[in-house]
Amino acid sequence: MSEFKVKKTIEEINEKIKNGEAVVVNAEEMIDIVERKGIIEAAKQVDVVTTGTFGTMCSSGAFINFGHTKPKIKAAKVWLNDVEAYGAVAAVDAYIGASSVKKNDPLNAVHPGRFEYGGGHVIEDLIAHKKIKLVAEGYGTDCYPSKHIETEITINDLKEATLLNPRNAYQNYSVAINTTDKTIYTYMGVLKPKISNATYSSAGQMSPLMNDPFYLTIGIGTRIFLAGADGYVIYHGTQHNPNEERNRRGVPKTGAGALAVIGDMKQMSDRYIKGASILGYGVSLSVGIGVPIPILNEEMAFFTSVKDEEIDAYIYDYGYDYPLKIDNNYGLTNYKDLRSGEIVVGGKKVPATPLSSYCMALEIAEVLKQRIMDKKFYLTKPTQPLPQSKDYKPLKYVKNYL
Amino acid sequence: MVSKKIMLRFPKEVSDKPFASNLSRKYDLTFNIMSAQIFPRKEGHLIIELMGDDKNFEDGIEYLKENGVEIQFIEDSIIRDEEKCYHCGFCLPVCPTKALVIDDRKTMKVELHKENCIACGYCVKVCPVKAIELSEFA
Repeated sequence: MSEFKVKKTIEEINEKIKNGEAVVVNAEEMIDIVERKGIIEAAKQVDVVTTGTFGTMCSSGAFINFGHTKPKIKAAKVWLNDVEAYGAVAAVDAYIGASSVKKNDPLNAVHPGRFEYGGGHVIEDLIAHKKIKLVAEGYGTDCYPSKHIETEITINDLKEATLLNPRNAYQNYSVAINTTDKTIYTYMGVLKPKISNATYSSAGQMSPLMNDPFYLTIGIGTRIFLAGADGYVIYHGTQHNPNEERNRRGVPKTGAGALAVIGDMKQMSDRYIKGASILGYGVSLSVGIGVPIPILNEEMAFFTSVKDEEIDAYIYDYGYDYPLKIDNNYGLTNYKDLRSGEIVVGGKKVPATPLSSYCMALEIAEVLKQRIMDKKFYLTKPTQPLPQSKDYKPLKYVKNYL
Repeated sequence: MVSKKIMLRFPKEVSDKPFASNLSRKYDLTFNIMSAQIFPRKEGHLIIELMGDDKNFEDGIEYLKENGVEIQFIEDSIIRDEEKCYHCGFCLPVCPTKALVIDDRKTMKVELHKENCIACGYCVKVCPVKAIELSEFA
C-alpha cells in the first residue's frame, strides 16, 4: 500500500466523525469534486462517500421468532397473512421469503398474474407495525404438544424480526430486451415485442458496489444503511462473481459482486422497504441500501468518482436467450445512455426505462451522509474481505485510466 | 382552445343516439375516439379526446349532460399515491400516451401528466406497489 500518496485509516476517519470534522459527500457530489481537484486533492479533502440503491431484490427475507404459546408448539408449518414461511427451523422460528406467494393465489393461471400479496408485503406490513395473522401447525411432541395456533401479531409481539437477505445490491445488472414477437412479463418488467423497449436495474453511479468495484473497503462486518436501520454485510451475496469482465475503469460490465446483508426490522422504516407485485412474475421486495465508502487513499477517490458514462452494461434478450440459458448478448450500452431514455440496439433506437429508483438511491445516500455528520453512524473495518478479483493490483486501474 | 379526454357513460335509453357526431356537427368540436364499448344491457362507455373552442366545448358538454350522458374527465379519475410511489419506472414502458414520463433526467423522478391519460389502466396492473388507481372505472 506504500504506493499511495494519501493514506488514511478507518480509525482516523471515525475520529474525525467524532470531532465533527469529517467531510462526507454522496457519490454524485464526488464526481464533481474529483473532476475539479483531481484524485489526490479529493482524497485529502473527502473522508467518506455515501452510496445508495433502491430496487426489487428477490433474494430477501426475514427470520422471525414469535415466542412460545401456551401450551407450546413446534411450528413445522407457518403462515403469515396466509403467506407460507419456512418453519423447519427451531420451534417458533420461521423464515419468510420475499417471493413466497399467498395461499390460493391464482399465480399465472390467467397470464399475466397479478401476485397481489406475498412475503415482501408481509415484511413491509411488519415494519409498518400492521397487524398480521399468524397460523402455525405442529405434529405434537411431548415437549411441544400444541398442533395448531392462530393469532394476530404485530412486530412488537415478535422476540426477533431480522431481515436477512442472501443477495442484495448487485454490482451492475443486465439490460433487458425482448426479440420475440409477443409481449413478455418478466422480473425486468414488461418487455414489448421486437426490441421495442429496454429496461435496466441499477442506480449506476450511485450504486454501492459500482463505487468500490474491487471490494477494497466493503467486506464482512461492514456497517450499512439497510431499509432505514443500521445493518451489516455478513457475507458475499449468492452468485457473487468477482471475475466478470471489467471495463478500463475496473467496473464489471454485468452482474458481478453482491452482498448478503442483515438488520433489525424493528428499527426499519417502510419508506425504505416495500413489498412488490411484479406482473406475470411474482412477489418480491424493494430494498433500500446505503453503503459508506471510506476514502482511504487516492485510489478510492478515483473509484468513487465513477460516472454513469463510465459504467457499461451488456444487453440481453429475455424473450429467447435468457430463459433458454443461451450465452448471447446484444452488445454494450452505458448508464448515461440508459438514463437519457434511449439506447441503440443493433442500429435501432430503443426507449430505455429504469426499474431501480435513482431518486431514492440519492435520498438514501443523503440520509446516510447526514447520519454520519450527526455522529450517529461510524464506519467499520471489515473483519474479512469478500472474495476478491484476480484482476486487481493497487493503482493499476488508476494508471490505466488517467 | 381546449382539449380534454373524457369518459362518457350512456344509459341504455340513449345509447343509440349519435352524440359524437352531433358534437362535431352542432358544436364544431373535434373528437378522437380512444375506446368504445357497449355492454349486454345496452349501456355504453366511450372514451374520447374532445377539442375545440372554449365556448363550444362548454356547450357541447352541457348538451351531453342534458341528454343524460354521464361525464367524467379522465384527468380527475387517475390518482397516484405519492407516499407509495417510489419512482421505480416499471410503469413507463406500458403507458401508451406519455402520461407517465421522466422529465428530469437528473432526479429520474416519474411524473404523472394527468392530461395525457386515457385511462387504459395498464399502469395500474404493472405498478409493483399499487400506487396508481383509476377511480370509478368499470
